[in-house]
Order: sequence, then structure tokens, then C-alpha cells
Amino acid sequence: MPSVVDFSGVIALKGQYPVLAGLDLCVERGEIVLLRGPNGAGKTSLLRVCSGLLSIASGTASVLGYDLLASNQEMRKHIGFVAHQNHLYSDLWVRDQLSFRARAAGGHDGDIRSICDRMEISERLLQLPTESLSAGQQRRVAIASVALRRPRLWLLDEPHAGLDSEGRDLLDSLLQDVAKAGATIVFASHEINRAETIATRSISILGGQVVGGTNVS
Amino acid sequence: MFHDAFLVARKDLIIERRAHVVLGQVSPLGLLILVVFGFAFDANVELLRLGSAGLFWVAVLFTGLLLVQRTFDVETEDGNLDALRLSGFVPQSIFLGKVIGLIVQLFLLEFALIIGLFVLFDVTVVDWLLFLSATVLGTFAFSVCGALFGALASGIRLRSTLLPLLLIPVLAPVLLAGTRAHEVAFGLSSAPGWNWTGLLLVITAVYTSLGLVAFGPLLEDG
Amino acid sequence: MVEVSDQKTPKLSKSMSMTATPATRVLATVSAGASLVLLLLALIVSPADVVQGDAVRMLYIHVPSIWVAYGSFGLTACTSGLFILRYKRRTDRGRHYDRLAGAAAEVGVVFTGITLFSGMLWGKVTWGSYWQWDARLTTTVLLFVTYLGYLALRRLPADPGVRAKRAAIMALVSFVNVPIVHFSVDWWRTLHQKASLSIGRRPEITGDMYWTLMYSALTFTFVATWLMIHRYRVIRLEEMRDEEMLQQQLRERRSENSL
Repeated sequence: MPSVVDFSGVIALKGQYPVLAGLDLCVERGEIVLLRGPNGAGKTSLLRVCSGLLSIASGTASVLGYDLLASNQEMRKHIGFVAHQNHLYSDLWVRDQLSFRARAAGGHDGDIRSICDRMEISERLLQLPTESLSAGQQRRVAIASVALRRPRLWLLDEPHAGLDSEGRDLLDSLLQDVAKAGATIVFASHEINRAETIATRSISILGGQVVGGTNVS
Repeated sequence: MFHDAFLVARKDLIIERRAHVVLGQVSPLGLLILVVFGFAFDANVELLRLGSAGLFWVAVLFTGLLLVQRTFDVETEDGNLDALRLSGFVPQSIFLGKVIGLIVQLFLLEFALIIGLFVLFDVTVVDWLLFLSATVLGTFAFSVCGALFGALASGIRLRSTLLPLLLIPVLAPVLLAGTRAHEVAFGLSSAPGWNWTGLLLVITAVYTSLGLVAFGPLLEDG
Repeated sequence: MVEVSDQKTPKLSKSMSMTATPATRVLATVSAGASLVLLLLALIVSPADVVQGDAVRMLYIHVPSIWVAYGSFGLTACTSGLFILRYKRRTDRGRHYDRLAGAAAEVGVVFTGITLFSGMLWGKVTWGSYWQWDARLTTTVLLFVTYLGYLALRRLPADPGVRAKRAAIMALVSFVNVPIVHFSVDWWRTLHQKASLSIGRRPEITGDMYWTLMYSALTFTFVATWLMIHRYRVIRLEEMRDEEMLQQQLRERRSENSL
């Protein structure tokens, strides 16, 4: 079975700056991979390359079997990216936001109910504009928006940031359930202790390259 | 593709319904511009009436620019453009969705401006069909050009000063044709108004095709 | 091609920092010589117009300038199209099309400016005012501003590949817009003119005037080409400098690992 993520010698540029400087990585289906490393190491860039948002300048890369050098419109339908930013439209009510994301993924408004229960987003919250939510609540909405897409590959960039401990527990249990159902997860985090409780593998990134990795039991 | 375009347009219009930017801010601004024209022309009623068609389109231009700006600002805040790219929507649907959203918002704006026109500039419409056709087609042309250049100038710093500079030379024929057609519709000139309206249709068609082709590459970067 | 080399990239040698080559020196000499001859022809040899007098000599600057400008912008459009078709991000192949598009557009803007300026002076002398809203000058102003916008887009801080692609798209869209603007403005002024007196007739161009005009076009083309070649080379040098910086940063990035 082809790997979900297969990178070899990948160099990616942001302007003139090499954010990835020859990176090799292989992720199999069902894994939950933690990316660790200092700020500026290339974790976010790696996630962006996986999603197809950042194109590669050199090397070979395939995600979910799709070659990243070819058009990746199809590939994106199966990827969910919980980025540093929440991707929320500030004027929309939470309900409108989730409705848009649900319909964009080919679903309908009925799907919203179950994910809101899962992420404990209350009825009251649904009627509020997203900009009036706290950072933690916005994060939950962002995670819910991605969950609605039922992606095969989850990419998360410091997802625990801004969440209270209850929110973190909700996210962790969501990720574990999703992985059991066959999805693959790659996430970057600074909170090693909590992250390693759900991760199956831990990878260190430094200077735009992978410098070490361990299996987490 | 059209279904996705309607989703995008629906989203933009729901944003408008929640934020009331067009109704609450931009339309009043348009009316204010019309009043300022009165100051500029020393309240010369005859002059204002003769120039009313042009003044209408100038007001549409400046307020319309703000709407174009906003429809892309909404996407560049909080990284929403990334989310759109990842949504699986074909770029052409996003383009058409933006165009449809702009058209509806511009119609709302123009409705307010037209009332201002009748009241402030003492305008009467002689040929309603020509007037409405020219307004509708001019709006289509404006929206299509706006969506294309809005994307071209979006996500780059300094875009708020760059967008008007890039967009106005492209809108010049739209303004020209719209003004000439409206002048005929107001009974102020005897030029071939329908020919000018036809030009608006041609411009719309040309820029729709360009937009459909160019939006893919434009959205791809990053 | 993005390669990481361990040796230092050779510094640009002094001779490479000048953009002149034997070919451009020849072109410069030819252009200079041709310009002197043009002065002679335009100011002395060719006749004054029956109606406009000596003012008609402005023709020899005004008209060839706009021809050169149109040619330059046409070149910008072609190279932009080729760029979009041929550019490969991995190997940076096709980048020279983008450079040429930029160089051509700059030259085009300069000559459009010359057209406007000479047109306004000519208007002042013949019509008594700098501006008469005639079709040609109005279209030229819009052309000028369009490509000023294009140059502004080229100068934005952004990833070079992204910026080049957007500039190329804009160049192609602008190229489509130019005839639309031309047609609209022309039709507008023609309709207007039927109702009013004719603004100023274009002089009859025959004989010596015709040949001087053609010769002037040739001279202007030489000068424009010379300018374009130099501008292209300067752009190339700027990119080489950026490439050096990239290699430097790749080395520094990798050295982070040894910490």
C-alpha cells in the first residue's frame, strides 16, 4: 500500500528563503505523527507542503498517492488542515460558518449537530458571530470545520494552542477515534508531553530537515 | 461548478447580511459622494442634471472599489484564502461566486444611488428599458473586472492602493459606455444608447472568459 | 535549478558588473549617429507644413514614440504569454521571458511618456491648449497608467515566482484591454466630433516628411532596443545577486543542524 506521505529530498522556498532544505519523510496510513522542533525549523512549512499550499522547488513528494508536482485539486478534497490561523469569517455566525464548510464538503446542515456535540459547541454559541468568541472557542469551531470534511489526512499546526484542558481532551479523543477509523494524522506541537500520549511516532525537525525520529509506544 | 459558485456567493451574502456593510456604510457613502458633487459644482442645478449620468457612475466606481476590496479582504483575513484553496472548489467556481456576490451587492448600492440621483439631481428617465439594461450590464462588467483584479492584487501587501490603479484603466470603457447609455436614457443626448449597452455586454463576455482562465493560476500561488 | 553547492559561488567579476558588450557598443554608436542624422533631417531638410508651420516637426518625435511604445507593449504581452506557457518552477526555466517582459514594459512606459509630452507641446502650439480630449491622447494616457500599474505590480515584495506569474497575467489582460479602450474612446470622440467643430486636422504626410518619419521610426527603434538590452541585463544581474543570497541562506540553514 502506498504511503500516505512520501517525501524525498524536498526543498521548498518562501520567496528566496529555503524553508525546507532537503527533507525526507515517510508516513503510513493510520499513523499519528508528531512533528517537534524549535520555531522556524520548518514544521509549518512541511504541513503546508503536504496540503499542497506550498509548492516544492526540488525533490520528489507524494501525498495520498498524488504527486505534488501535478495538479492537486483532487487531493485537497481528502485533506483537512487545522492551521495556525482558524480560517473563520469574522462576521459570520458560527452556524453559518459550519454550514458553509459542511456544504463545501458535499454535506448538509444536518451534519453540524453531531460535530458540535463532539466538540461541545453549545446552541447559544451557534448564534454568535465568530469574532465574538474566545480564542479557545474559535479553535473548537476551526477543528469542527475540518472534521466536517471527514478527511483521510489530518494536518494540524499546534492545534492545542489556545484550547483549555477540556478542549484539549476533546481534540485528543477526536483524533484517536479518527485514526482508528483509518485516517492519518500529522501534527506539529510544542507540548511534547500531551502530544506523545496520542502520537504513534515522533519526528524532530531542524533547519528544514528531519534530524531524528522515534516510535512512541 | 455552478453549485459551488452559489455556495461561495451565498457565503458572501450571508456575511453582508450579518455585517450590513453595504447597507450601513457603503450606500450612505455613495449618497454622500453625490452630495459632495453638489458642492463641487456650486449647486448649479442645470450642470448637475446634465452631468448626472457621469456622476452616478463615478460614485459607483469609488464605492464599488470598496466592495471589491472587501470581498477579497474577507478572504485574506485569518488565512481564509487557504481554506478556499483547500476546499476542493474549482477556481472557476470561486471566481463566479465572487462575481455573483459582487453583482448582488452592487445592485443594492446602485438602488440607493439611483434614488439619490432622482432626488438630488432632478433626473427623469425617458427610456426605462435602456436605463435598466445599461445599469445591469454595467454592473455585470464591473463585477467581472473587479473579481479578476481583486484576486490579482489580493494577498499582497499595499493592495489597497494598488487595486484602484490597476482596476480603473480596465473599468474606463465600462464607465464610458455606462455614462453614454444613461445620458440617452435620461434624455440628455441622442447618441446610440443601445450600441453603448452592447459594448457593455461585449466587455462582460471578454472579461468573464479571461477571469475563468486566469483565476486558476492566480489562486495557485503560495 | 536550486542546488546546494559547498563551494562558494564565484563573486561577480568587475567586467560582469557592466552591462555593455561589443554588440551593444556598436548599437549605441549606430543609434547616436542615426539620431544626429535625424536631427538634421527633422529640423532642416524636411519642409514645414503649410498650415502648422514648423510645429509639425514635433511629429517626428510624437508618432515614432507611440509606435515604439506599442511595439514594446506587444513584446511584453508575447513574452508574458510565453512565460506562462514555458515557466517551470523547479528549474526556473523560462524566467528570461519574465525579465524581457519587464524590460520591454519599462521602455514602453518611457516612450509613452514621451508621446504624451510631445503631444501636449504640439497641442499647445497648434490648438492653443495642452489638452483637447482627442481620442489619441486620451487613449495614450490610459495606456500610460495601465503600464505604470503593471510596473508597480512587478515591484511588490512577494515570492519572485508568484510575482512574475501575476505580472504575466496582468500583462495579458492589459493587452486585451488596450484595443477595448481604444475602440471605446475613439468611438466616443468621433460621435462627439460630429456635433462640434473639428479640433485640428492631421497634416498631410508626403514626400520628404514621409521619409523623415520612417527614418525617425527606425532611429527610435535602435535607441529603444539598446535601452531594452541594457535593462534586461540589469534585471539579470539583480536576479543573480538574489540567487547568491539564496545559496548563502541555504548554507546557513543547513548549519543550524550542527548546533
